[in-house]
Amino acid sequence: MTEPVLETRGITKHFGALVASDAVSLDLHAGEIHAVIGPNGAGKSTLIAQICGALTPDAGTVHLEGQDVTALSTAERAEAGIARTFQISSLAMEDTVLQNTMLGALGAAGKRPSLFRPILRDRALRALAEAALEQVGLAERRAVRVADLSHGQRRQLEVAVALAQAPKAFVMDEPMAGLGTSGTHDLTALLDGLRTQAPILLVEHDMDAVFALADRISVLVYGRIIATGSVEDIRRDSAVRDAYLGDAA
Amino acid sequence: MMRERHLNLILLAGLLAIPVWAWITDEPFTITLATRVAILALAGVGLNIALGLGGLVSLGHAAFFGIGGYAMGILASHAQNYDPIFTTPFLFEGTKSMPVIWLTAIVMGGIAALLIGLISLRTSGVYFIMITLAFGQMFYFFSISWPAYGGEDGLSIWVRNGFPGLNTLDPIQFFALCFVLLLLALGLHWTLARSGFGLALNAARQSEARVEAAGLTPFRLRLVAFVISGMVTALAGALFADLNRFVSPTMFAWQMSGEIMVFIILGGVARLCGPVAGAALFITLEHWLGGVSDYWHVFLGALLLLVVLFARGGLIGALVKKEPAHD
Repeated sequence: MTEPVLETRGITKHFGALVASDAVSLDLHAGEIHAVIGPNGAGKSTLIAQICGALTPDAGTVHLEGQDVTALSTAERAEAGIARTFQISSLAMEDTVLQNTMLGALGAAGKRPSLFRPILRDRALRALAEAALEQVGLAERRAVRVADLSHGQRRQLEVAVALAQAPKAFVMDEPMAGLGTSGTHDLTALLDGLRTQAPILLVEHDMDAVFALADRISVLVYGRIIATGSVEDIRRDSAVRDAYLGDAA
Repeated sequence: MMRERHLNLILLAGLLAIPVWAWITDEPFTITLATRVAILALAGVGLNIALGLGGLVSLGHAAFFGIGGYAMGILASHAQNYDPIFTTPFLFEGTKSMPVIWLTAIVMGGIAALLIGLISLRTSGVYFIMITLAFGQMFYFFSISWPAYGGEDGLSIWVRNGFPGLNTLDPIQFFALCFVLLLLALGLHWTLARSGFGLALNAARQSEARVEAAGLTPFRLRLVAFVISGMVTALAGALFADLNRFVSPTMFAWQMSGEIMVFIILGGVARLCGPVAGAALFITLEHWLGGVSDYWHVFLGALLLLVVLFARGGLIGALVKKEPAHD
């Protein structure tokens, strides 16, 4: 088997007596969408925080293309190729759609931003940003302020910013959060096409989306992975049913 | 309602036309008022780079203003007394040359901003306000208790410093110098705001997490902005001291920091010419209302309250139609 793009090895995190992550080992391979599901409080957000660098694990390591990135900061990991989206849209609300997307392209450029050159005239970065907007279907809205976008468009923009980073792996924290049926449908189609550009570690509550998208699913309960497998494996797994899925499966 | 660009041109043209008119009609006091506006606006442009672009609410910019003032005062006082600043390890003499004084002010302001920024930018919100205030007050009390340069009484400089080819004692020529420096600083703000650095800095003000997730470090961006900001405000301090031919610890006082911030809030936070509009309004009010009542600050306070409550964009925000977002 080839080396995974993104991998956690035995990540453990305690908050006092609470074990938020209990020796979590996950891997994400090229071309796949690996979904992480679990009930509220299972430790999904803590896991993402440790993968992206906001939290340092008590034990265990995070690897990107085999390189140990555990000691790197959030910004350094992003520069190394981990692009994340936020559960609650984190965008520069006063700036335009294009400016937000340029920010992703700028960070991925890997050099310090120039103090003097007009950013919107930077052909290479602009091409990257425009292509990302085109792909998520926001090209028409490039000159609109984020504050004037609908919720669904902001979710698309979250993906566009990450896409403009030209990352090695996506880490998406509930990209479908708050979307209606058609929004979920559109975003599902978008993510489906994205996996060939970079694999996606997808944390998601929407089971329809997860079952439609995931190549593999891991189930996180009380900070511990209780099962990993294909969609069919997970649907059939009785422990998973008891812990989480209930009748949904 | 008009475009912000046009309003900026009108403001700057006005700031240029008034002293020129006063020069023709031989009213040097009006020229001095306009020079004050240009210099205080310059200090405001400095703060606006930190406050407007970076969202860094610094209540300690008097530190940089005062450093600029004392850079001028110390260099010029040694020069006028023919007394070198130090002789070992090498001879270091004072100077009456404006370009050298400006450069010194900018460098010292930048160093101070770097040191203050390294510590205070680790905090945010109200803690950042308090820690910058505390740094400003440290400089204030230090300047009071340092007898070598006048202590509480300050330093008087008998003759205004010189600029090659100009007679700086002529009010209109000194105004021209200050006005050109103001334009250069505005150009700097404009350039920074459009750059990749400006985009990231401005985004860090709105969503720190997003900027980090994009691979950039907000702390570093803010530190650079804070240093540039301190440099510009220090330059304004050197000019202010030269205008008055006097430096005193009041330049370091927290009221000065507050005043610089008031210019920006009155004019419009993050607006390119916000500090120009704010400083012009402030000086006009001080001049007119100050003639009517010694308590003119009451009116200023009321105006500030109205701006904060009803016109968040300040004077410029109130006069300019909301620009359609463009790329």
